[in-house]
Amino acid sequence: MKALTVAAALMTASTALAQTPVLTVYAGDYITSEWGPGPKIEALFEAQCGCDLQFKPGDLLPRLLLEGARTEADIVFGLNTDVTKKARESGLFAPHGQTLEALTLPIDWSDEVFLPFNYGHTAFIYNTERMAEAPASFEALLDAPDDLKIVIQDPRTSISGLALVLWVQAVYGDGAQSAWEKLAPKILTVTKGWSESYGLFTDGEADMVLSYTTSPAYHIIAEEDRTKKAAIFPEGHYFMVELAAKVAGTDQPELADQFMAFILSEEFQSMIATGNWSFPAALPQAGWPEGFKELDLPEKVLFYSENEAADLRDKAIEAWRAALSQ
Amino acid sequence: MARGAVAVTAGLLVAGLTFGPVAAVIWRGAAWSALAPGDWLAIRFTLVQALLSAALSVLVAVPVARALARRRFVGRGVLVALLGAPFILPVIVAVLGLLAVFGQSGLVNAVLRWAGLPGITIYGLHGVVIAHVFFNLPLAVRMILQGWLAVPAERFRLSASLGLTAGQVFRVLELPMLARIAPGAFAVIFVICLSSFAIALTLGGGPRATTVELAIYQAMRFDFDLARAAMLAVIQLTLALVAGGIALRLSSGTGFGVGRDRVVQRWDDGGLARGLDAVWIGLVAAFLLAPLGMVVLRGLPGLAMLGPAVWQAAGHSVLVALGSTFLCLVWALPLATRRGELLGLAGIAVSPLVLGTGLFLILRPYVNPLDHALVVTGVVNALVSLPFALRILRPEAEAVRADYARLGAALGLSGWAWVRWVLLPRLRRPLGFAAGLTAALSMGDLGVIALFADPDHATLPLKVYGLMGAYRMEAAAGAALLLLALSLGLFWMFDRGGRVDAEA
Repeated sequence: MKALTVAAALMTASTALAQTPVLTVYAGDYITSEWGPGPKIEALFEAQCGCDLQFKPGDLLPRLLLEGARTEADIVFGLNTDVTKKARESGLFAPHGQTLEALTLPIDWSDEVFLPFNYGHTAFIYNTERMAEAPASFEALLDAPDDLKIVIQDPRTSISGLALVLWVQAVYGDGAQSAWEKLAPKILTVTKGWSESYGLFTDGEADMVLSYTTSPAYHIIAEEDRTKKAAIFPEGHYFMVELAAKVAGTDQPELADQFMAFILSEEFQSMIATGNWSFPAALPQAGWPEGFKELDLPEKVLFYSENEAADLRDKAIEAWRAALSQ
Repeated sequence: MARGAVAVTAGLLVAGLTFGPVAAVIWRGAAWSALAPGDWLAIRFTLVQALLSAALSVLVAVPVARALARRRFVGRGVLVALLGAPFILPVIVAVLGLLAVFGQSGLVNAVLRWAGLPGITIYGLHGVVIAHVFFNLPLAVRMILQGWLAVPAERFRLSASLGLTAGQVFRVLELPMLARIAPGAFAVIFVICLSSFAIALTLGGGPRATTVELAIYQAMRFDFDLARAAMLAVIQLTLALVAGGIALRLSSGTGFGVGRDRVVQRWDDGGLARGLDAVWIGLVAAFLLAPLGMVVLRGLPGLAMLGPAVWQAAGHSVLVALGSTFLCLVWALPLATRRGELLGLAGIAVSPLVLGTGLFLILRPYVNPLDHALVVTGVVNALVSLPFALRILRPEAEAVRADYARLGAALGLSGWAWVRWVLLPRLRRPLGFAAGLTAALSMGDLGVIALFADPDHATLPLKVYGLMGAYRMEAAAGAALLLLALSLGLFWMFDRGGRVDAEA
């Protein structure tokens, strides 16, 4: 049995010896899995580059930082703004070299290293069959009766959880901790990651779940289910963007540049909405898939730059921790 | 002596694979960070929940194992096999199964509402303990049951002919057996619960239920603070080894000597004992099987949605599991001593994240671990299963040495002949159980693989998480059911193999 696995492993290693140039892309599991956008990205890009695009799934920045300059990665795909500061300071990334006029983000983006490919906003998702009316504002959520139960993610282990505490920080500022204290009785539980929370919500364990404004699109398009909706709050919603970057030490600089340009192409952008269940970063609303056009969108978008977020992060997490630990 | 050399090699391998990665992370972190204020709270919570969980698991396991040891009933074999199931479920699946029973909209609350009674909430320290007991009680039951079955039938016969009452039999025969077996079971379960994190957080209801492992995860994945991660990992390792050392020191005493492998008959059997046994077995079966039943129910509709990639991943998982099982048993046999067992505990005491990162740091200059993801996973699974295999094998292996060493020496059996003709045949039952458990654990475990994941060689647990991450909750439940069925199948196969021509 062991011999078999060794043989299988060796066979994978030997494909790297083939003649076609290889573009190695580090991406999260959710990207590379057969249900993520990875396989489509690979097919589309390989059709135009005459190369072999190889995804290496797993932790992005931790692995890259461990490997340092010796990394095999040419592209890192799927970073969040929470880590861009650390990533930038590592000096492992090169400018993306793209013009950013085509971007259709709800905020201004002028970063020369990290290139957005899709975005969304934090939002609480509810089931209209269970709750006809969602709280109309963040304030109304805080004042809702305590038998309204929500599940959220831990800001110390989850990117969406961190976005939530920054969201509360952005809405309530110094009042963040008392906001959390009001919310605390309604928090059924806190999970390590998004999947656990969302699973609890779809199992009917909670009334609302912290997720993204784009989540209902999955249910509309894949399940023809229009009962899942995002509660839109006038106080604004926290902006979350996913980014790609070119590794400075790449041995395939031309291919890497071509890939960065590909990310902004219409071909990629019109695929990514249903591929990754997020809003395309560079595609006007008219080009969005049908299910996305009918989504409720926030009028106000909140966002901290990486420096602001780095300064506020510990404070925002501590407000959450202190209020929920009482 | 050849056996000594083998044991030392096996021990060095364990030490190298556990302390090596921690050392590599410390080396790379290149600093020693101080404890943050919240860390003391995390350490305290970690210890409290692990103590409660392990104590409750072992305490409840005693009457259940006793009941299973002295009763024969229809479905007993199935129940004993199913006892392996909770332990091997991926955390996320087991948590959803538990919540389908004990959660807000779970079965228990539905019944309470129907009866007009106030609902219960599972979220809190009690929820953490319930979840850990759900995972570990079956393991404790099986370990202690193993102890009961190892008491030779002749001892019960003798006590019956001496006219001992049930209480006296318990004091003379069963208590010494428990004193030998239970502390070790406690140690293993305590150490597993020490590194719990997702269960503790989800069922604990929030940051009050922060464990050391969560702090390690945060340091590693979010803050990239290797020094802090390593420091916390060392704390966790120390707690585990100290607790393990104490527990294993307590588990003194030798076995009951040789018997002639007769079928055990019991004479200490009143109506009250019979009734109590039935209650214990019924309660535990309901507690364990209800969540499992929910996992099955939730998974059935999703089974049809599984594509070829999931089946391929299932194949990889089975391959890895078989490889790990073989490796683990070969590894465990020479280490089945007290020192070996303590060392083996390190395998589950080291945070999987630190273990994975450390291995990555060590291997990366020579090979790309990504290209050998399945091999790395197999070795790590074997390492992580080692403490369980050792806990199961050691009491029996020591008894065999104590009981048959003189006969073996008189016959001039040494080296391989001793292993082949005495040790292996006498260890057949614990070997089968250990192999089953290792195989099942390797199917389910994913602790270390995050850093080494390889898209072409994904394992089934990774697919379950992949499906959930892509909103496909129903298909994920289906894949989880497949995982459960395969793990149980492997477990049953090996466990059964060890019990051929034995009644139990």
